[in-house]
Amino acid sequence: MELVLSAAIGVLSASGVWLLFRPRTYQVIIGLSLLSYAVNLFIFGMGRLRVNAPPLLEPGGAGGLLTHTDPIPQALVLTAIVIGFAMTALFLVVLLASRGFTGTDHVDGRE
Amino acid sequence: MNGLHHLIVLPILLPLVTAAVLIPVDERNRTTKGVIGFVSTILVFLAGVVLMRAAATSQDGASVYLLGNWPAPFGIVLVLDRLSALMLVLTSVLALATQAFSMSKWHRMGHHFHSLFQLMLAGLNGAFLTGDLFNLFVFFEMMLAASYGLLLHGSGPLRVKAGLHYIAVNLAASSLFLIGVSMIYGATGTLNMADLAMRIGTIGPESRMLMEAGAALLGIAFLVKAGMWPLGFWLPAAYSAATPPVAAIFAILTKVGVYILLRLSLLLFGSDAGNSAGFGQPVLLYGGLLTIGFGAIGVLASQAMGRLAGYCVLVSSGTLMAAIGLGNGAVIGGALFYLVSSTLTICAFFLLIELVERARDAGADVLAVTMEAYGDIDENEEEKEEGVAVPGTMAVLGLSFSACAILLSGLPPLSGFIAKFAMLHGLFNPGSFGGDAPVSGAEWTYTALLILSGLAAMIAMNRVGIRTFWTSIEGTIPRVFLIEIAPVLMLLAVCAFMSLQAGSAMRYMDATAKALSEPQNYIGRVMSAPRAGPTGGQ
Repeated sequence: MELVLSAAIGVLSASGVWLLFRPRTYQVIIGLSLLSYAVNLFIFGMGRLRVNAPPLLEPGGAGGLLTHTDPIPQALVLTAIVIGFAMTALFLVVLLASRGFTGTDHVDGRE
Repeated sequence: MNGLHHLIVLPILLPLVTAAVLIPVDERNRTTKGVIGFVSTILVFLAGVVLMRAAATSQDGASVYLLGNWPAPFGIVLVLDRLSALMLVLTSVLALATQAFSMSKWHRMGHHFHSLFQLMLAGLNGAFLTGDLFNLFVFFEMMLAASYGLLLHGSGPLRVKAGLHYIAVNLAASSLFLIGVSMIYGATGTLNMADLAMRIGTIGPESRMLMEAGAALLGIAFLVKAGMWPLGFWLPAAYSAATPPVAAIFAILTKVGVYILLRLSLLLFGSDAGNSAGFGQPVLLYGGLLTIGFGAIGVLASQAMGRLAGYCVLVSSGTLMAAIGLGNGAVIGGALFYLVSSTLTICAFFLLIELVERARDAGADVLAVTMEAYGDIDENEEEKEEGVAVPGTMAVLGLSFSACAILLSGLPPLSGFIAKFAMLHGLFNPGSFGGDAPVSGAEWTYTALLILSGLAAMIAMNRVGIRTFWTSIEGTIPRVFLIEIAPVLMLLAVCAFMSLQAGSAMRYMDATAKALSEPQNYIGRVMSAPRAGPTGGQ
């Protein structure tokens, strides 16, 4: 499982960074999206991987990192997803405005 | 727990509520919206002054506000110490000036100017107050999201292009921020800055590497914001494309990066950090020196005043980063004075540029084009300028311009000189902060660059000033209104006041630097912060 997760993070961030350096705005926005997926997975991974461990305590039950998974990275991922999503939407609007003004989808507004 | 204690959260809540209230108000009532926003900023300013007085007089330094009444390492804390109180007051002074300026006409160039402005203030104040790394990210994003909107305010191809680059760079930096924060959490198991500072000295070697990598990534995100040399190429373009009041308030955005670098490097990587003590200092020092050099060359090379001001921002943040990197507490006091003085100056300069350039035809053309681009908004609105025109316009503008030139280049008698003098004095007389170590090569380089960058600013400002005020024979005298020149004069008057009161200002800054270099007090206050009673009352 560790191997799959780290490979996924690696592939996503590598493709994200590559696309980020491309000259078309659409490639840049896809690159940023892929990068944010990689970051979200990474944050999740930083809570250590555990299977079949709940992040919440049962009422009255004792808890610890031996029986439970760390809930904080999951809360962080949730926040990061929301913020990243909003930023992507905003970037999309700016991208369309730029396309409207310059008639090209080059990041510098000219070929 | 008294009323004063709850005042700590006001600089975040009030702008947030004001922004929400302003959104549904119809755009035609712009003046009303502006006045509501202005009143809110005045209240935040007053709260900031009260908090700063409280921070200056209290002996133990930091007061801690537990959000949701959770004890310190588990809940999010707001921490008010001298440094954050200083930044709060500085932010609201800049906000008052730029908001007043925007009400002459700039807020009419697009929608929701005042709401975005208040949201940015909430984000800025939150970033200055928070004591939690992930909460810092949230406030950072809030500030950035509002700043994207403000940069695009007024629209037009130039701003959209600059905005596209600005957003892309900052989104990439935010990803690095998140990776850094989560690596630090993975290595140490905490996000509370004070708790982190306690744990850093004791973590094992395998976690230490992970933690240092995380801190480095986090640092890159802040250095992008502060505009360090290889990471700051976006800055002059973005700042010169923004509308003048927006560019003026952006002067504080780079200082957020500097503030956090200062806070974290002294808190986390001070002498108690074990093997990690002094982590990142060489990067800050040499990066800062390179930034000063790059900024000074840019200042000399710029023809347009907007770009010149943009490069002045780089020089200013380079100076501060190198001062942090020197790791000398005596320099930090002077650097804080410089931070306040240079931010006020650059803000005033950005506002002044627009007024001065009105006299030039090229500037008028650009204005006409942008006015056309947003066209539909103003169609049924008369071009009515509020306020009274200022008599002796060119004399007032010329004097303000000279004051900016003196402040930027650091000549006596204004506060720019005192700031640089205080930094150099601290460098050569470390006093209680360090022994009698000989002055190193890097410190000599810093001294030389500090003086040379002042010379570069002087030359560039002279050139621009002569071209604008003396040789423009056919230049028309611009119509300048009181509401436009008053903010500039106010900012310059604050600088002049700082020069007059340099003694008490420097005492405050030195006490701040001393508190920062002894973080045990801060850590102790945060970790032992008492919870309010079960009823949430006194």
